[in-house]
Amino acid sequence: MANRRLAPAAAQPQTFAFSPENAEWAQGQIEKYPEGRQASAVIPLLWKAQEQNGGWLPRAAIEAVADELGMPHIRVLEVATFYTMFALEPVGRFWIQLCGTVPCDSCGARELKDYLQRRLGAPGHVSADGNFSWLEVECLGACCNAPMAQINQDYYEDLTPDLLGTLMDDLAAGRPVKVGSQVGRTSSEPLGGAETLTDATLFDGSRVGAWRKRFEEKDAEDGSEAGRAEAASSEQRAAVEPKPARPDAGRAVGTAATDAPAQRSAGGETPVKSGDTTAATESTVQPNRPAHAASEAIAKAEAAGSEAGTQSALPRNAPPPQPATSGASVDADAPAAPTKGN
Amino acid sequence: MTKIVVDGTEVDVPPEYTLLQACELAGAEIPRFCFHERLSIAGNCRMCLVELKGAPKPVASCAWGVRDCRPGPNGEPPTVLTKSPLVKKAREGVMEFLLINHPLDCPICDQGGECDLQDQAMAYGVDTSRFHENKRAVHDKYIGPLVKTSMNRCIHCTRCIRFVAEVAGVPDLGATGRGEDMEITTYLEHAMGSELQANVADLCPVGALTHKPQAFNVRPWELAKTPSVDVMDAVGSNIRVDARGKEVMRVLPRVNEDINEEWISDKTRQHVDGLRLQRLDRPFLRENGRLRPASWNEAFAAIAARVKAADPSRIGAIAGDLAGVEEMFALKLLLESLGSKNLDCRQDGSVLTPAHGRGSYLFNPTIAGIDDADAILIIGSNPRLEAAIINQRIRKRWRTSPLPIAVIGPQADLTYPYAYLGAGPDTLVELVGGRHSFNDVLSKAERPLIILGAGATARSDGAAILAAAAQLAGAIGAVKDGWNGLAVLHTAAARVGGLDLGFVPGEGGLAAPAMVAAGSLDVLFNLGADEIDIAPGAFVIYQGTHGDRGAHRADVILPGAAYSEKSATFVNTEGRVQMTNRAVFPPGDAREDWAILRALSDVLGKRLPFDSLPALRRALYGQHPHLARVEQVAPAEGAPALRQLAALGGWPGREPFGPVIRDFYLTNPIARASRVMAECSALLGAPSALQAAE
Repeated sequence: MANRRLAPAAAQPQTFAFSPENAEWAQGQIEKYPEGRQASAVIPLLWKAQEQNGGWLPRAAIEAVADELGMPHIRVLEVATFYTMFALEPVGRFWIQLCGTVPCDSCGARELKDYLQRRLGAPGHVSADGNFSWLEVECLGACCNAPMAQINQDYYEDLTPDLLGTLMDDLAAGRPVKVGSQVGRTSSEPLGGAETLTDATLFDGSRVGAWRKRFEEKDAEDGSEAGRAEAASSEQRAAVEPKPARPDAGRAVGTAATDAPAQRSAGGETPVKSGDTTAATESTVQPNRPAHAASEAIAKAEAAGSEAGTQSALPRNAPPPQPATSGASVDADAPAAPTKGN
Repeated sequence: MTKIVVDGTEVDVPPEYTLLQACELAGAEIPRFCFHERLSIAGNCRMCLVELKGAPKPVASCAWGVRDCRPGPNGEPPTVLTKSPLVKKAREGVMEFLLINHPLDCPICDQGGECDLQDQAMAYGVDTSRFHENKRAVHDKYIGPLVKTSMNRCIHCTRCIRFVAEVAGVPDLGATGRGEDMEITTYLEHAMGSELQANVADLCPVGALTHKPQAFNVRPWELAKTPSVDVMDAVGSNIRVDARGKEVMRVLPRVNEDINEEWISDKTRQHVDGLRLQRLDRPFLRENGRLRPASWNEAFAAIAARVKAADPSRIGAIAGDLAGVEEMFALKLLLESLGSKNLDCRQDGSVLTPAHGRGSYLFNPTIAGIDDADAILIIGSNPRLEAAIINQRIRKRWRTSPLPIAVIGPQADLTYPYAYLGAGPDTLVELVGGRHSFNDVLSKAERPLIILGAGATARSDGAAILAAAAQLAGAIGAVKDGWNGLAVLHTAAARVGGLDLGFVPGEGGLAAPAMVAAGSLDVLFNLGADEIDIAPGAFVIYQGTHGDRGAHRADVILPGAAYSEKSATFVNTEGRVQMTNRAVFPPGDAREDWAILRALSDVLGKRLPFDSLPALRRALYGQHPHLARVEQVAPAEGAPALRQLAALGGWPGREPFGPVIRDFYLTNPIARASRVMAECSALLGAPSALQAAE
């Protein structure tokens, strides 16, 4: 990251004023904060100013925002120079902010950087056709799909120099591009589809019932009459009205926006798409999958433990095993955990 | 109170103390860069790390409260270690980090010899560096004519930013960029707009901000340091005059919690080049309309000839703003022995007089008392220009907990918000009549403070305004047991001393405006009064230090000593008696002022009854015992003075209160001779623009 300074005077517009609708929007932001705390709205206002000014923040805009919020100019300049999301010099039509922090770096951000350097030259300059400018920035928080870059408002992930090149060509030519992962990954799932949380019982309520039943049975064995009665009643209740493990409010299942296992399960489908299953199966051909092996071992131990009528054969300080899909609410039709093994 | 064990010593401290304060109380020394007692806590230099038992890693003691420390497992008091191997290692690590990018230019750095980083690197650092990379390079910034920047040296303690934002109240400095690219700067490298800005160079723990006028000029170890008192305004800031050989090189603040804490205004600090420029170093005599160098004897003979020929009632004396009590006393005795009653120390035409008691012309609540006020009314004054340190105190009081402040007079940016009531005496009369909405605020206040500036008292209807202010003070109960809220703000260092001496017209005597009028006097003795126009006619003897306005009008010039060249008493606006000390000798033939007057009295045949400064002081203290109590405020009777003032009566005019100081940087002959002050003044533009900008 180089020193961030205001653009040279020649590039600076003389004045800046919010457009009427932006001014109204800004007023709404300011009103969010109590009297005397208007300075809290500085980042939204700067962002809006940058958006209005074609993606970069001129000096006049910094002063206009400062005056609007009653802040000294230097305070707003401090904010504007601190965050790389504020471009202080003119940017291209597509402003590429390439993440260069450790996870992206170790996944190949350096090649992307070299590519951009080759194609666009030094960072901070608009390409000759006016389409692109680029900047290496610190972590943008999409490390799971590293390496990534933010182009204008959107994230483009799982990039390689080739993919980035194609993406830039498409953007420049005005062709539609895919936002997010460029290798077909669904949001931040593992490459090839989901591998965990695939058990349908996680989402239909039976899993909680299984745990609870076990505790209640234990209580019953201890000889508590109340515990025995509760165990029996809860067993019945769970059979009649299975409860979801978690409330829906605010979760991914509540909105149809994402294509997640929880949603599929709620919609009566199998939690994992069949295509994903195949992909995952293919990927398991890779020899080095210790986590997978461990989970199988745990499942075996669990099965053995439950047969023996004890909690678990694992030592106490080991991580708790995944409960086997046993229990009253599970019948033969329940979708088995389909992803692994076969 | 909370018990805490520091290095095995158990101390009992208030729970709101920080660990750093507790450690200092226990006698442990904690190095620090960003922490400063009078600024907010930043906690970003990490130099003050200490080991706190139970904490997983060293904690920054400046930002860790004693009440946040956990007791030991059996309820023992929390334990802090400041000398443990962990602390030593932490300090060495921090020091190594700080020095990664700090240039090794100590030999050419102006901070060398008084540099916190240098000292602490010696005490707490290691002797080698493990870093082979290039150090970062930062462009130097322009932040004003008084502070030079060397931004490579900055360690980002942010003391300067916090000072200008919090104490000076002019948030001009900021830190742009982040991480390694963080830089301290003003907005687009404009000059800072504060009259306290040079204090940031004192605060800077390294050589990043140094005093520009002294750049490459002084080394701290070659200076003779003399404690003294500032005379640029009536605050009486405590200063240290640093001299090398026969030249004053710089002025630094001395800590005095009752007056200036540890700040001084830019004029106080940087007028020093004025002490050597434009100096009168020999007597001058006007012959055929031109001044020519003369000997002391010639000058005295010329004076004696004119004085002896003059009628006593046509001889007068005016004392200027920089005159010490001693020379005013000597001049008063001389004039009295000549039989003249025409004496005045108020060249601005102020109506303040000792006749109404000492309480009628002092800043009665004292400067430190501002901290206790709970409502402030400022009448005819812009304290930011007239007494920057007092304005800073008011701002400090306002920052502690906002209080109602109102202003009648010129409207200006005082660095704190205030209610603007009006421009002139009408508003004051309204307040006296109880018809103003601010009356409620003042009456409800337990310790209201009424600051009366020279803009209100130095005018022809000043007596009526003074009476109105006193009536208001009486009506709202500003003067009562334990609180005297009537505060007169002077702008001249000599004024309160002169009033204490009674250097005012005797019965039938002429006041300053009458004395300078054409044809009223034959001989006028001008003791350094440079802010008054003397009409042609009178024979003017100017005794002063600089070739300023007074010297231009003089017929005889007697070269005197500036405050840094003599031991003189000054009484500040709150009535605190303080003494300057001689740091250097007066230039050339110039002499200490009391000695000149003593010699002159001999020539005039009215020999003054003392031959030495101690003898003069014995006589002075005999007549005015309170002047002997140096560094103390002799409390003045509040109630009688208030009654007398209120009884003056009269109707104030309608003319608005004018600004007292048009150009902060050019208020006295020393400052007007200073190039640095001229540069500061030019930066503010024309005097009229200054007022507009304020």
